[in-house]
Amino acid sequence: MSEWWTYALSDFLLFSPRTYYRLFELYNAAVWPGQVPALALGGALAALPVLRVSWGGRMAAAILAVCWLWVAWGYLYTRYATINWAAEYMAMAFVGQALLLVAIGVLGGRLRFGQRPWVGIAFVLFAVAVQPLIGPLAGRTWAQVELFALAPDPTAVATLGVLLAAQRVRWELFVLPLAWCAVGGATLWTMEAPDAWVLPAAGGLALTVALARAVTGPRSCAAVESRGSPDRG
Amino acid sequence: MRGAPGLNRRTLIGAMAAAVVLRPAPGRSQSRALVDKRIPSSGEAVPAVGLGSWITFNVGDDPEARAACAEIMKQFFAAGGRMIDSSPMYGSAQAVIGAGLGTLGTPPVLFSADKVWISPGARGPDQIERSRRLWGVPRFDLLQVHNLLAWEEHLDTLLAMKAAGRVRYVGITTSEGRRHREFEQIMRSRPLDFVQVTYNILDREVEERILPLARERGIAVIANRPYREGPLIRRLKKHPLPAWAADADCADWAQFLLKFIVSHPAVTCAIPATTRVAHVRENMGAAYGRVPDEAARRRMAAHVAGL
Repeated sequence: MSEWWTYALSDFLLFSPRTYYRLFELYNAAVWPGQVPALALGGALAALPVLRVSWGGRMAAAILAVCWLWVAWGYLYTRYATINWAAEYMAMAFVGQALLLVAIGVLGGRLRFGQRPWVGIAFVLFAVAVQPLIGPLAGRTWAQVELFALAPDPTAVATLGVLLAAQRVRWELFVLPLAWCAVGGATLWTMEAPDAWVLPAAGGLALTVALARAVTGPRSCAAVESRGSPDRG
Repeated sequence: MRGAPGLNRRTLIGAMAAAVVLRPAPGRSQSRALVDKRIPSSGEAVPAVGLGSWITFNVGDDPEARAACAEIMKQFFAAGGRMIDSSPMYGSAQAVIGAGLGTLGTPPVLFSADKVWISPGARGPDQIERSRRLWGVPRFDLLQVHNLLAWEEHLDTLLAMKAAGRVRYVGITTSEGRRHREFEQIMRSRPLDFVQVTYNILDREVEERILPLARERGIAVIANRPYREGPLIRRLKKHPLPAWAADADCADWAQFLLKFIVSHPAVTCAIPATTRVAHVRENMGAAYGRVPDEAARRRMAAHVAGL
C-alpha cells in the first residue's frame, strides 16, 4: 500500500472523542462488577515484588498475561474494533504480549523481582490507582473510567512497572507496552485530549529508567546475585 | 482514452449542468427554491447538499448514538436531502447508515454513495458486496475508488458493474490535496461519472485544474471536508456573519461556507457531516434559495481570509 505515506495521523482518527469515551462507559457497564477483581489484581501486582516470594515473578507474569488477554478480547476485539478497524490488529499484538509473558515469565521463570523494586512498584500503583483518576479530573465522567486489567492504557503502564521492578530488564517484554504508550498517546493527542501526555510520559520515563539500569545493571545485578536472589525458584 | 462521441455528449451535458437548476422545495415557501444540480453523465438532478458520514456515523454498537444518527438521516431526508456518502474505511458508519435506513424504511429518494478501499484490487468485489449488505440496499447509486487505492483494478471492477447495471455511477476520490496529478490523469483517461475532492473556502487548490477539468470532461464533483472537519466553522462562529451574506440567502456560517462551495459551477454536491439535528437543518438550508455569483464568491473568500 504505497499510499500510506500520504496520510496524516488525523486521517486515522475514525471516531469522535464522544464516541471513544462512550465506548468505555458502555464497556464498564457491561463488565460490572469486573472492576472489583481487576482492582484486586492490580493490588496483588503491586504487592508481589515486596513479598519477595520465590514464585512472585511467575505470578506477576501470569496476572499480566491474563490481563493482556482479557484486554485483547474484552475490549479491543469486541468493543474498540467496532469503531476502529485497526483494533483487530491491536488485539493480535496484545495476545502476542500475553504469550510472551507466559513463555518468558511463567514457563521460563525469567521475570524475577530485584532488591530495589520501588520505581517499578510506583509505576504499578500509578497505573492502578492514579491513572484512572486522570480522566474524571480532565472532565470526563466516572462511568468512563479506564481501569487496569480492563483498559489498555493502565494495563500497559502497570506492565512497564512490573518489568522495572524485575531484576533484569526484559526488553522483549518491553516492546509492546512501549508501543502502546505511543499508539495510545497519539490517539489521545489527535483527539486533543488534555491528558494525552500521560501515556508517552510514562513510556518515556520507563524507557529512561530501563536504559539507565541496562547501563549500570551488570554490576548491580552481579552484586545482587552474589548475595543470592530471594525469589530465585 | 475515451472516444470522441462520448466526450462530445458529456461536454454538452456538462455545459448544461453548469447552470444551477431551481425547482420548488416540497413543504417550503415557493420563494425559497431548492438549489440542485445535475449529474453531467445522466442529467439526473441531485440536491447540492448531501450528508457525509466520516467520524460522525462511526458510533459502533452504541444504541443511543445509533438512534441519534437515524434521526439525523430522518431530518436530512425531510429537508430534501438525497446523497449519503460513506466508505469501508469509516469504521461502523456503513452499518449505522444501514440501521438508520432500516428504521426509516429506506426512502426511495436515497442516493447511496459508497467507496471501495482495499488492496489488492482482487478483493474489491467482496468488500463492495459486504458494504452493500451493511447498507441494506439492492445496489449502490455511486461507487468510488477511495483515495485512489489500487485504482486500476477497482475501476475495471466498477465499470464492469456499471455495464451490468449493478451500480449507476462510478467515481474516484481524494482528500486534502493528495495525488492531484495522478487524479487528473485518471479524469482524462477513464470514463468517470463522479470525482470527490476536498474543497472549501480555504482549501481551493482544485479550482486551478481539477474543477475546470471536471467541467470539460462532464464529471460531477462531490466536495468533502467543507468545514475542515469542524475547526473552520468553529473559528468562524466567533465572528458575526456579514450582513451582505443575506444576499445569497445565507442565514448562518454553515450556509455561508456551503453556498460558497456549491456555487462553483463545477461542483455538484457538498457533503458536510454532523452529529446534531440542528446542524442538519442549517446545512440543508444551503440547498435552498439564491447562490452567490462570482463577484460574491470573491467577496466571501476575501472576508474569511481576513478574519
